[in-house]
Amino acid sequence: MSDPVFLRPLAAPDADKGQAVVFGPDQALLLDSGRSLTPFTIAYKTYGTLNANRSNAILICHALTGDQFAASPNPITGKPGWWQTMIGPGKPIDTDRFFVISTNVIGGCMGSSGPAEVNPETGEPYGLSFPLITIRDMVRAQAMLIDHLGIERLFSVIGGSMGGMQALQWAASFPDRVISAMPIACAARHSAQNIAFHEVGRQAVMADPDWHGGAYYGRGTQPSKGLAVARMAAHITYLSEPALQRKFGRNLQNKESVSFLFTPDFQVESYLHHQGMTFVDRFDANSYLYITRAVDYFDLAADHGGVLAEAFRGTKTRFCIISFSSDWLYPTAENKRIAHALNAAAANVSFVDIRTDRGHDSFLLDEPEMFATVRGFLNSVATREGVK
Amino acid sequence: MALRPDLAAIAAMIPEGTSVLDVGCGDGALLEHLVRTKHVDGRGLELSQQNVNACVTRGLSVIQGDADTDLGEYPSQVFDVVILSQTIQATWDPKSVLDHLLRIGRHVVISFPNFGHWRVRLSLLARGRMPQTKTLSNEWYDTPNIHLCTIADFVGLANVCGANIEQALALTPEGTTRAMRADAWIPNLMAEGAIFLLTSDTAGSVI
Repeated sequence: MSDPVFLRPLAAPDADKGQAVVFGPDQALLLDSGRSLTPFTIAYKTYGTLNANRSNAILICHALTGDQFAASPNPITGKPGWWQTMIGPGKPIDTDRFFVISTNVIGGCMGSSGPAEVNPETGEPYGLSFPLITIRDMVRAQAMLIDHLGIERLFSVIGGSMGGMQALQWAASFPDRVISAMPIACAARHSAQNIAFHEVGRQAVMADPDWHGGAYYGRGTQPSKGLAVARMAAHITYLSEPALQRKFGRNLQNKESVSFLFTPDFQVESYLHHQGMTFVDRFDANSYLYITRAVDYFDLAADHGGVLAEAFRGTKTRFCIISFSSDWLYPTAENKRIAHALNAAAANVSFVDIRTDRGHDSFLLDEPEMFATVRGFLNSVATREGVK
Repeated sequence: MALRPDLAAIAAMIPEGTSVLDVGCGDGALLEHLVRTKHVDGRGLELSQQNVNACVTRGLSVIQGDADTDLGEYPSQVFDVVILSQTIQATWDPKSVLDHLLRIGRHVVISFPNFGHWRVRLSLLARGRMPQTKTLSNEWYDTPNIHLCTIADFVGLANVCGANIEQALALTPEGTTRAMRADAWIPNLMAEGAIFLLTSDTAGSVI
């Protein structure tokens, strides 16, 4: 195993780049597709201190376009970490008490092996030669990282959206290594509607003339317009109609009347344009293709004969499922379906639906009930496990 | 905070370290007491989302759900004790609920207000209107209690469901409990409520 390296060239030179570990040919990552990835890198960031008996480690799994900078400023955007409200000293995931490991998934573009990263064997970026990956592959790679860090059992695996899928997959794949799991605002399978939205996004990327069949690296260009459109479509699914109404309604942007042109008239249009434009500065278009595909393939029940409860048969893991009432990407009913399957497996499960009109993105926002639930659940598991 | 007398009487029936499902666990007061003092492996099912969120914040394992529709999700004979406290009279299908409880748990503890209490009987006789008492305080048109029964009625249901009555307690207006003969007419007249410990015919074991 070689020393940690960080391959991403985008970051400012003196920025906090996190850590990374390279797994050599003796530790190839075997993928669901039948292919294998070797060598490969997984980038991560830790917060807090691992205790003497290594019992206080919490793995944080990021959402579709998240990264390992959960609780510290993002080196590219300079913005606070995506869960800086949740993770830190005295916060619901208390780094005075827990050792938090936040990883960048494989397929990502913040230092883990992915299509934008250089293939060490060729010296060129992977592009579309990177193999297709699944949520289970992401979790396998994380497990190798956890092994590398010398941690046998995780106190908890926590994540929202795609991160929640990883938490579920962890509990299903490695039941003896996961003491507790908190899947938030997720589903045990990606629905047809969700796949449809992802396909719109992928087609937007691939229709951009600057995409060049995925081989745009080194051409001084990237499919920014396509990726921005993909992000705009996806972003709508992260919000809710009441939230959009409250924020923007049909208000016009810096004008008194409509322009009778196709330039943005409405505030909501400008907002989406902004979301699209800022996204392309920090995310790789090919990574977007690979990761949305991984989420589309996710169907935990299908991996267990179509019976979701079978994925958790005999589990000792304690679960806490959290949903948001206005989430239409992963609605309350999908989350409740997980809770019912866990019941059917006689698992120890809590299920909380938080009333809010802010949609799927609520898990990233200041939601006091979510904070109270996370804190209460972790405290009760800590008491039970004797973690001070 | 002291536990309500009927809940304390239920808690006294639960042995240390057992696994317990509290159906309709409310704000989790009984469940928390059982987890803290009897070290049970406790779970809850509760209709009100607000109550569920409060329970989870307290560190309890509780899910939002409806006794009338969700008990079918639970596998058979996985809990030592299933509790249904002051809830059966508010269910749509009490027989189906009791059948499920006897299937899911090796023991069932169930409490309910006694509609055979003399105040209830007298109120209807004297006023000719649906009785309202301290425990049954709603107007007839907005009560959650849609399947009220007397102790004698409940014993009848328990027989239909093939349950064995292991223990029966009468709840007095003062909040005390005393053992009663479930098939006698005096408790049915005098008890304000009742707590039963049941086992299913096939369960066999005694806690």
